[in-house]
Amino acid sequence: MNLLNRLLRRRDPSGQDIAAQRLRLVLTHDRANISPGILALLKDELIAVISRHLEIDAEKVQVNFTEDQRETRLVADIPLMQARHRRSSD
Amino acid sequence: MAGKIITISSGKGGVGKTTTTANLGLGLAMLGERVICIDADIGLRNLDVMLGLENRIVYDIVNYIEGHCRLRQAMVRDKRFPELYLMPAAQTRDKNAISVSDMKRVAHEAAELADYVLIDSPAGIEQGFRYSVTPADLVLIVTNPEVASVRDADRVIGLLEAEGWAPAQLIINRIKPDLVRRGEMLDADTVLDLLAISLLGIVQEDPNILIASNRGQPVVLDDHSIAGQSFRNVARRLRGEDVPFEPLKSPSILQRIFGAR
Repeated sequence: MNLLNRLLRRRDPSGQDIAAQRLRLVLTHDRANISPGILALLKDELIAVISRHLEIDAEKVQVNFTEDQRETRLVADIPLMQARHRRSSD
Repeated sequence: MAGKIITISSGKGGVGKTTTTANLGLGLAMLGERVICIDADIGLRNLDVMLGLENRIVYDIVNYIEGHCRLRQAMVRDKRFPELYLMPAAQTRDKNAISVSDMKRVAHEAAELADYVLIDSPAGIEQGFRYSVTPADLVLIVTNPEVASVRDADRVIGLLEAEGWAPAQLIINRIKPDLVRRGEMLDADTVLDLLAISLLGIVQEDPNILIASNRGQPVVLDDHSIAGQSFRNVARRLRGEDVPFEPLKSPSILQRIFGAR
């Protein structure tokens, strides 16, 4: 039973991985002093502002923090609709 | 030349700040250094019992600050090493009994008499933490390899950077080699990578620490304990010696059967 449990558990992420992942996220938000809720709000506002000027694929927009040592950046990945449109209008 | 002022801090309580202070104080004294350990946890003093000096206290740091005794009278001499002193916290007062400038003055006066002044900071990031880290030349952050304590350590490191306080170095305490190997505990590399400060020591969980603190004989005095060896190495690194990090050892089968050595 014990062995079986161990074999099965191996497929899940280990406690170590989960702890590291959770820490990474919580530290990023702590350091930037921004809660996950605010980040979601920011994303919506970004989409709204950019949509006024460009046609973007709102569903695929990603706004996240990245960490390099103790430096934090906000990275927004905003795919444009343009390319697809051009192709379909050809 | 004035001695170096080192504050031991963590943010979170219960990670081993006082144990670390006691062991490094003794560890440095064992190497022939003159050391004064200051218990800055006013109202919740414990460094005295860790060092086994609780029965020798007459005056404390607040008595000195308030002018009721001389500095030397508030310094309890260690019974093992005559160059090691404890300056105890007041037990019946609170953190407001000491201001940032009070602690600065006491720490610098102590540094005139010693090679190392170790300040055992209280948990938290309030007044007690602030007066503890302000005089420091170096802050040792003690953390355990688990989410809550690493998070709090990060907060403390962030505060030190934001306020322009002393540089910080990390001590990872209570790591359990078995759990790390099974992938159930954060390893030292991950913690270091997340906190991005330099590493001073890794101390693994060792039942001898509890046994030692029960007796008031810190584990650093025990030649055979794994944690004792780690603390001795940290003390040497503090003096600038280049000591390789010791590999994590699992307890032997005999140690498992009979408990602590």
